[in-house]
Amino acid sequence: MEPRPRSFYILSVFFMLFLIFLYGPTLTIAVLSFQGPGGGLTFPMRGVSLHWFRDLFEQQAVGDIWGSFSRSFVLGLMVMVTTVVVSVMGGLAFRRRFAGSTALFYLIITSLVIPSILISLGVGLIWSQSGLPVHWSTSGFGAQLTWTLPFGLLIMFAVFNRFDPSYEEAARDLGASPWQVIRHVVLPIIAPSLIGVALFGFTLSYDEFARTLLTSGSYNTLPLEIFGMTTNVTTPVLFALGTLTTAFSLVIIGVFLLIVWATNRRRARLGSDAGQGMV
Amino acid sequence: MRKTSITGWLLASPLSLILLVFLAAPIAMIVVVSFWGATEWAIYPAFEFENYEFLLTSSVTYRVFLNTFKYVAITWACTLVIGFTVAYYLAFHIRTLTWQIVLFLLCTIPFLTSNIIRMISWIPFLGRNGLANSALISWGVIDEPVEWLLFSDFSVILAFVHLYTLFMVVPIFNTMMRIDKSLIEAAADAGASGWQTLWQVIVPLTKPGIMIGTIFVLALVMGDFITVRFMSGSQSANVGRMIQNDIALLQYPSASATAVILLVTVLLLIGTLLRFVDIRKEL
Repeated sequence: MEPRPRSFYILSVFFMLFLIFLYGPTLTIAVLSFQGPGGGLTFPMRGVSLHWFRDLFEQQAVGDIWGSFSRSFVLGLMVMVTTVVVSVMGGLAFRRRFAGSTALFYLIITSLVIPSILISLGVGLIWSQSGLPVHWSTSGFGAQLTWTLPFGLLIMFAVFNRFDPSYEEAARDLGASPWQVIRHVVLPIIAPSLIGVALFGFTLSYDEFARTLLTSGSYNTLPLEIFGMTTNVTTPVLFALGTLTTAFSLVIIGVFLLIVWATNRRRARLGSDAGQGMV
Repeated sequence: MRKTSITGWLLASPLSLILLVFLAAPIAMIVVVSFWGATEWAIYPAFEFENYEFLLTSSVTYRVFLNTFKYVAITWACTLVIGFTVAYYLAFHIRTLTWQIVLFLLCTIPFLTSNIIRMISWIPFLGRNGLANSALISWGVIDEPVEWLLFSDFSVILAFVHLYTLFMVVPIFNTMMRIDKSLIEAAADAGASGWQTLWQVIVPLTKPGIMIGTIFVLALVMGDFITVRFMSGSQSANVGRMIQNDIALLQYPSASATAVILLVTVLLLIGTLLRFVDIRKEL
């Protein structure tokens, strides 16, 4: 291998600084969440304890965070499943031109770039004017889909741009029905990307704030609850909650990465028996 | 042809339905309500231009829009420089695919955690008694704690850069990974220096990625209200905050009118950018 140029070392330092910039603040609040009972929102640490984590389990200290956590979790799962199914169908549809496909494409782009508060305001207005009660599982659910679907679809477009149609042709030549082609050829090939779409669907919903603000009704999701806390909670319990939700997000990301890794291994093991046949 | 169109419609119908109900209809509703009138506690259907008239003749509107553009411009410049450098490092200086994937994931993971928590996490850094102030004092750079670190334009832009640089890194990295490495060898063979290769080969070829990153950052910063509210301690305003204030006062028609103007501005800007890049080709 040729020696590294000097720019490599400069850029490595830059990249390290960037990572510190990205992760430093989160790590700081993770440390501070272990403040002793007398500690405040900044250093120095006044002892080390689990005091603020214990506080998370007391209603009067933090309000209904466990209720909002379970709502966010269920909503995340709903959004995840819908995003995956609708994105795959949309991705398949966009492989061929159909009347109105350009208009629909621009609608997707609009959905991606529209300021979130417009969705919140618009959906909120429609619901209130038609006398429906806003609820996280109806209006909130739909509002979040306008944010997760564009990401899911962009991933699907990228996947199908690289998809080799000869696999499908081969399947059809062997007599597979259109459904069989999708079920036994297309879906297994795009499976790892679907896990990516699912991860996006869940985490973007789990962290979504602006689009749920006016559309979730009287039962808050977790980000709304946390935001409410920032205005009236001035103790490290806020950091404890932040640390816990971030840890939860990291666990979710880890689980998804593990699934991708396992599918890829399984595929490497079982995918092809070329060259292993007994002649 | 006829049959493929029908299959296409069937496959796209759930998507179309969701976007019609939760995107197109809300936009239509906002446009309609922007012509309505409001009393202190209720809104009533009408067709009057009062909301727009008030907005367009008020100097506050122009100042707030100007402030929003200021945030966009500074954030864009910072995220572009940082994002390009990071993507360049990952794409051209990291030699194995495994390490590229690992480092790329390290850059994208924060995107999948809560924005609000990431904003909160700046408090211990920037506060009056925060890490930045104590470090600066102990180094003898300043004698008194600096007040403008938290709850200022500085902290707003810092948070924007912190939250949105990933939106530059990802598309630029994606475009860079598709650059044929032999082009760079060719440039070197033709006697180009490192800088010349960077400016005359890599940057032009990376333009589509830069455009997509720009679209993301522009849309996110233009439409933001929560970062500005939280990081400025409600001391600065942008268009999103203006809308949110009206909503808090139940002045939905006025909020809608501002929202329409914001949407038109964002769509015009992004429509212009889209002329320079074919998103579907770049994916």
